[in-house]
Amino acid sequence: MFVLAITAAIFLAVGGVLAYVLIRYRQRATDSDREPAQIYGSNQIELSWTVIPVLIVVVLFLTTARVIFNTEYASKPRSALDVVVIGHQFWWEFRYPKLGIVTANELHIPVSDPNHPAPTYLEMSSADTDHSFWVPRLAGKTDVIPNRVNVMWIDPESPGIYLGQCAQYCGVQHAKMLIRVYGQSRGDFDRWVAQQQQSANQDGAREEGQSVFLHNACINCHTIRGTSAAGRFGPDLTHLAGRDTIASGAIRNTPANLRKWIDNPDRMKPGCLMPAMHLNDHDLTVVTAYLTTLH
Amino acid sequence: MADSLPLTGAIDLTSAPKARPLALEVLHAWVTTVDHKKIGLMYIGYALVFLVIAGLEAVVMRLQLAVPENSLVSPQVFNRMFTMHGTTMVFFVGMPILFGFGNYLIPLMLGARDMAFPRLNAFSFWIAAFGGLLLYFSFLGGDGLYGAGTAPDVGWFAYAPLTAKVFSPGHSTDYWTLGILLSGVGTIGTALNIVTTIIALRCPGMKLSRMPLLVWLYFITCCMVFVAVGPLTAAQIMLSIDRYLGGHFFDTQAGGSAVLWMHFFWIFGHPEVYILVLPAFGFANEIIPVFSRKAIFGYPAMVAATVAIGFISLSVWAHHMFTVGLGPGANTFFTLATMVIAVPTGIKIFNWIATLSGGNIRFTVAMMFCVAFLFQFLVAGLTGIMLSASPFDWQLSGSYFVVAHFHYVLVGAILFTIFAAFYYWFPKMSGRMLDETLGKWHFWLFLIGFHLTFDFMHIPGVLGMPRRIYTYEFDRGWGVWNLIVSCGVIFQVVAIGCFVFNLLRSYSKGRIAGPDPWDAWTLEWSTASPPPVYNFATIPTVQSRRPLWDLKHPEDPDSNYEM
Amino acid sequence: MSTVSTTLPDPSWTLPSRGLVGIACLIVAESAVFIIFVVAYIFYLGKSISGPTPHDVLDVPIIGTICLLSSSLTVYLAVRALRKNKVRLCSLWLAATVLLGSIFLAGTAREWYQLIYQHGLTIRTNLFGTTFYSLVGLHATHVIVGLIMLTLALVFALLGRVSEANAGRLDVLSLYWHFVDAVWVVVFSVVYILGR
Repeated sequence: MFVLAITAAIFLAVGGVLAYVLIRYRQRATDSDREPAQIYGSNQIELSWTVIPVLIVVVLFLTTARVIFNTEYASKPRSALDVVVIGHQFWWEFRYPKLGIVTANELHIPVSDPNHPAPTYLEMSSADTDHSFWVPRLAGKTDVIPNRVNVMWIDPESPGIYLGQCAQYCGVQHAKMLIRVYGQSRGDFDRWVAQQQQSANQDGAREEGQSVFLHNACINCHTIRGTSAAGRFGPDLTHLAGRDTIASGAIRNTPANLRKWIDNPDRMKPGCLMPAMHLNDHDLTVVTAYLTTLH
Repeated sequence: MADSLPLTGAIDLTSAPKARPLALEVLHAWVTTVDHKKIGLMYIGYALVFLVIAGLEAVVMRLQLAVPENSLVSPQVFNRMFTMHGTTMVFFVGMPILFGFGNYLIPLMLGARDMAFPRLNAFSFWIAAFGGLLLYFSFLGGDGLYGAGTAPDVGWFAYAPLTAKVFSPGHSTDYWTLGILLSGVGTIGTALNIVTTIIALRCPGMKLSRMPLLVWLYFITCCMVFVAVGPLTAAQIMLSIDRYLGGHFFDTQAGGSAVLWMHFFWIFGHPEVYILVLPAFGFANEIIPVFSRKAIFGYPAMVAATVAIGFISLSVWAHHMFTVGLGPGANTFFTLATMVIAVPTGIKIFNWIATLSGGNIRFTVAMMFCVAFLFQFLVAGLTGIMLSASPFDWQLSGSYFVVAHFHYVLVGAILFTIFAAFYYWFPKMSGRMLDETLGKWHFWLFLIGFHLTFDFMHIPGVLGMPRRIYTYEFDRGWGVWNLIVSCGVIFQVVAIGCFVFNLLRSYSKGRIAGPDPWDAWTLEWSTASPPPVYNFATIPTVQSRRPLWDLKHPEDPDSNYEM
Repeated sequence: MSTVSTTLPDPSWTLPSRGLVGIACLIVAESAVFIIFVVAYIFYLGKSISGPTPHDVLDVPIIGTICLLSSSLTVYLAVRALRKNKVRLCSLWLAATVLLGSIFLAGTAREWYQLIYQHGLTIRTNLFGTTFYSLVGLHATHVIVGLIMLTLALVFALLGRVSEANAGRLDVLSLYWHFVDAVWVVVFSVVYILGR
């Protein structure tokens, strides 16, 4: 706000003088043909309008430097939550190393109480091209770069869903690499963690679907903990049914959408890297039914 | 008084009648010319064609983004549009048009007959032109029109490793690399020519402190070109080595660094935008005094401020990388350097205002564009100051706020002064005046369109909309702002239409201009409009910064006062 | 009194020669390109994940360096000879320059042959390979261009088409050659001394 105030003041002052000069000194029909007095410069005036901007810059710079250092050197409290973020084309992998959880695209974190801060520290890197993690209502963006680890922290104080998306052009579906951050109360968050820590739901009625999944190329890319599927190229599906969206926030997670997605991802998110699985109708139905049981 | 020639013997008044030349003769003359005026006009014409093309690319983008979840074009096409729009506007509109004006005006302003190296001049033009054609051939090459086309889609700054062979197969990225590489060769050649001309071909009496400010600004611009274009060329060679010889410069799998590309690109990229803006300041420096009827206020300070801007601009590049995680030390340094550049830039704005103050301001179309430039550049500079504060930038980088900011500079400042330059120097180049009424339509329509589009564009940025996305969701709240932004495009398109119509019609039907229609003061106005191929019958000798002022006001010459 | 006179040009108004200014500009521009390759080389020192390191495979090219740096002296002598209109002497020194430059190139070629076939270091082997061949190769390319130009000048001199009036142009070419040598001093220091 301070920066905005200074720049607004400068705009009004300089713009005002400019507007005044333009009106006051415009050529009028009653003017004689004589040229106005030619003034080539003035050392005093020029000195003053050098010194004043320098002072403004000094003030602006010092306040900015303080914010930079406060943000980047903020000390990490012991109650901070650690999340590892890995950017992929075109989805987000979230790993909670100390909790043994792996999930994708929807980040659940506890909200913080100012008296007992519990920020979330994100350690981020990329598996392929440059990305950038940006949830505007929580923090500025930090780039997610291969062969480099960047750290940032977020610290929401009220529960809710915070929307964000990738902010560094990373290829065809950069626009649909969305982020949903679920700020939850401590109780809700702990419940979510407990459920995520379990292996995949084994529902007897959906065994056929599970069998189709495990005997197709799905397992090359996806992990479902508790089964033999351990692929890392695509999102972890262990608790897929608990998510509000699929395709990195691009599509609502309903059985109908899920079926269409598995049938032909490129039609719903053109250019995404999941290939069409070419399953027949029956297989498609049972696999979808199976995946909807993975709470 | 402005119509009669102040210099006797300065031009050859006899003209031998010639038979009408054949079309093929005319074409041959233009293709083989080494005359700086013809080359300048070719640069300008080339740039105008690409301005329209790149403008159409922008129209496609704005139509797609006007409403949420639009499906007018596929993401692949959209990504090609923003890549080609940015690349074309910077390299094949901005650079050629500015070097075109420079080519045309600098020898005339210096009292010289041509550039220092006329053949190099022609070579530089043709290789740069070829670069642009090569880039656009990418739409046809490879898969061509049947498939999705192979125009590059990696963004105009082509961050690694997206540009690696594995993430960008095919040749689209290579068209980007080669097209710009060739244009860079041309740019260095022209810059070399301009610097040599300025140092070695000034007419007698024209000390460096007596050159028109436009020439000073081009001089500094070209010095920056030498330092800034090399890094881009080097980075592109490295990229090509990665893509074709299996190199690992930017191959993160082999330990290479994606951030290194960013450093190299922005070491070029930031000075590049100053290379684009300094000539625009040069135009303002010539036009504002003439239509205020006063000498420029503070000539030495203007030169010193520009030199300062040139130097400082070489040290601010990483303000494009505040979000990369360079660390608080680096972020602080680049914040400081970027804020410091505001001081000399502010000095220039104050000097312009002081020039206007006490003057007798004539609001010709050229002057109107310059006035708009002053307000808009002020705003652009201030949003730049906002962005220079890294914490601000962490939110706004890569968002539509940045897009709005840089379009405010590129369109609001640079394009507006280019329009001013057209209205001011078209009479000299063609011998006829551009129509002032059509010019006013052009100005007001474009002003409305510009502000509709780029004022409101700041808002989606602040609301969290990133750049380079082909669509956005309904629930983000960006729809209404994007719609307003897209509506502004209509006005701009019509305005450009007026402008092109004005150019074409005035070329044959405009009012005859004479050598000095604006009652101006620098040497180009002392010769005929258009100038003969040898520029001046006799090389003039000058004794002050405004030789024609001294001639018109012998009782009060500049040489008595110059600081 | 008219302040813009159209009389004869003032003989005391002398400006620098265009050739010298032009080559100075070119040198600045080329230096910018080289600096970036040097920066990349230094940045990637020690960062190769696998493969040969500079210390393992590089031998200091003393002879080639002496030849190349001496060629700066011979080209200077060639220009000096031409200024005194001694065309045959100029041809001699030009020939010496071309010879010394060629010895340098031959040495580079031999070094690369050994690196590729004996040590298995190519441009795609690792970061060191990429940066080494790019930097040294870029310099060698400039040497080749310089040698072509010097050979042309030599041929013109031998054909009797060169005289004292062309000394300025030969001087410009010699400045390019001095630049190439100066770049080698930097490349040599960075690659063979600092980097090993």
